[in-house]
Amino acid sequence: MAVIVHEDFQFIVQGITGREALNFTRECLQYGSKIIGGVTPGKGGREVYGVPVYDTVREITEKQRVDGTIITVPLAFAPDAAYEAIDAGIKEVIIITEGIPRKDASAVVEYAALHGARVIGPNCLGVIVPDVCRFGSLGGPAVDCRKAFKPGVVGVMSRSGGMTTEICNALTLSGLGVSTAISIGGDPVIGSTYVDLIPLFEADKDTKAVVIYAEPGGTAEAELARWTQENNSRLPIVAFVAGRFMDEMPGMSFGHAGTVVNKKVDSPADKMRRMREAGISVAEEIGDIPNLVRERIGN
Amino acid sequence: MRFYEFETKQLLKKHRIPLVQSELAKTADEAEKLASHIGGPVILKAQAIAPGLAAASMREVSDSAGAKAAATELLGLDDGGRKPNGILVEARPTGETVYSLSFTYDGTTKRPVVAAADMAGKIDDLGDTHPERIVRRHFSALYPFSDYIAKELAKSLALEGNDLKRMTRIVSGLARLFLEYDLADLDVRSLVKLGDGNFVVLDVEADLEIEARHRQRPMLDELGFAKEDLRQVREPTEFELEGARIDDEDPRGIISPIAEFDGNIGLVIGAGGGSLTLTDAVRKHGGRPANYAAIGGNPSVDKARRLTKLVLTKPGVDKIAVMSNVVSNTRADLVARGVIKGITELGFEPADKILIFRVPGAWEADAAKILKKYGVEYCDRTVSISEAARRAVEKVG
Repeated sequence: MAVIVHEDFQFIVQGITGREALNFTRECLQYGSKIIGGVTPGKGGREVYGVPVYDTVREITEKQRVDGTIITVPLAFAPDAAYEAIDAGIKEVIIITEGIPRKDASAVVEYAALHGARVIGPNCLGVIVPDVCRFGSLGGPAVDCRKAFKPGVVGVMSRSGGMTTEICNALTLSGLGVSTAISIGGDPVIGSTYVDLIPLFEADKDTKAVVIYAEPGGTAEAELARWTQENNSRLPIVAFVAGRFMDEMPGMSFGHAGTVVNKKVDSPADKMRRMREAGISVAEEIGDIPNLVRERIGN
Repeated sequence: MRFYEFETKQLLKKHRIPLVQSELAKTADEAEKLASHIGGPVILKAQAIAPGLAAASMREVSDSAGAKAAATELLGLDDGGRKPNGILVEARPTGETVYSLSFTYDGTTKRPVVAAADMAGKIDDLGDTHPERIVRRHFSALYPFSDYIAKELAKSLALEGNDLKRMTRIVSGLARLFLEYDLADLDVRSLVKLGDGNFVVLDVEADLEIEARHRQRPMLDELGFAKEDLRQVREPTEFELEGARIDDEDPRGIISPIAEFDGNIGLVIGAGGGSLTLTDAVRKHGGRPANYAAIGGNPSVDKARRLTKLVLTKPGVDKIAVMSNVVSNTRADLVARGVIKGITELGFEPADKILIFRVPGAWEADAAKILKKYGVEYCDRTVSISEAARRAVEKVG
């Protein structure tokens, strides 16, 4: 089993001829992912590493089953690309594009919900189930990706793409490995939060614990704490909260667009307190995560 | 991007939201004149945007002479390295019924939301002290705002008759303005019902979504925002401005945000989340970071070189730590080349200046080879972020 993707998962890349898209398309193919088409308006008829390029999403969905799409088009076109994918019936939508205003992200996510589609991101790197499917750009070149992500028992959700790899690397080195890792995105409004996704891990028999990477800003960690208290989950959760130094610098933004301490709930101290009270283990450093997971799953 | 209150009120006025009588003074003399024009007790508000100044920036005075004295003091306020941008002189309306309204995005439902309370204050704070006084309605960024949502909110505040209709108009107007101008937050901290039954906005603050600043240029031009004015909570330093220049001049990869701290360990670190984690780790081991940086998106050798020189020439910095999370897209070898080049151009030996080099991931073998040539130890992925930070702090002494 796996979360979101599976062995036969086939997806497309919108904006496939862009610089970043070319790289991760090649990396995904080398990793063994099934990319069955790409879309770039005006470039229909070309090929990218053997993947046919079309002008529209519908040209692909009319002929084949498309389980998901990765959107990596320039900022101004990203919401339109998402609407196109959702209207063509695609149910798993990853938005890598960075810098989408929250109003647009909110509109896209509401539209997706009305059509039974799920959005991961914006400003994320996607999903990986080690050795099964890489749906996004986590882990870089296939050879490096295999070093950092080995199959295992821990589900990972992270607001930072880079730290997804760092944490999975630590879990892999420790021998625990990774069941599914999801880079959920660093923006103030994202399609899927920890609370939206944790039921998927709950239903995944390969996952024995969940690790989250959190940052200052937003209510997602408080929501997770509340969810944990209200639901009798079988999954122990270990959290790491970065950016503690920002508690001393209200109003200043570092890193991701959603990373700012304006309100009390934004603060790392407040997040850690709420999560501890809910029974979530809070790691002092990344290196402590594997041991905390082991303690919690009795391994 | 924080608006000054007088700017927010300009936007509200344009959208016919009823406001208290309010004028902007640039000098203490002007403040005196405006106060005497309004007559009676007035409120003076220094126009400032740094956080935590709400109380210090506001004065109530009984006459125009008092206004001049208070304005002189207020104009000397430190607004994160800036002086206040004038003083709002406002009438003090009497009215016993006061409300507050707050528009923001709810990250849990992913939708815009309006909250209201039948008391003055910032809704975020009232949530702690008087949660039972707050009512909420979500609305949509996908569909146009419909007035009934505002009406339902007014109804749940127990308003009736003309009060209900007036509040509905105000909330609808603010909701549309909130969406139209890409605001991230809009807080009406006090909305007073006057003796004649009309409502007026007294205190309000607003934040623009920074990512929308380009498409909101016409509105920003109308308000007189300079192109490069990002309304940070404090004025950027020379170091920070130079960092931003380096970032702008070469589109390959990013090295920002760059911030100046007062410590002695120069940080050449990445990326978004990695930089947050690394900065915490250095501090946890007792180190004092001299700066913040965030290398990501595969920067060029030249960008890494210029960042290295900027950090290493910062007064008080003798050595740098080069660290990142396991990189996927950024090439470790390009970072290594840039750092070495920057150091040697300054006439130093890389081995003397690099406290630690921990950039595992893409192209790591090449990075290790380059560093070896210069006698610098390469730390691979088996050295944790915390351990790397510990070694750097230990070495700087």
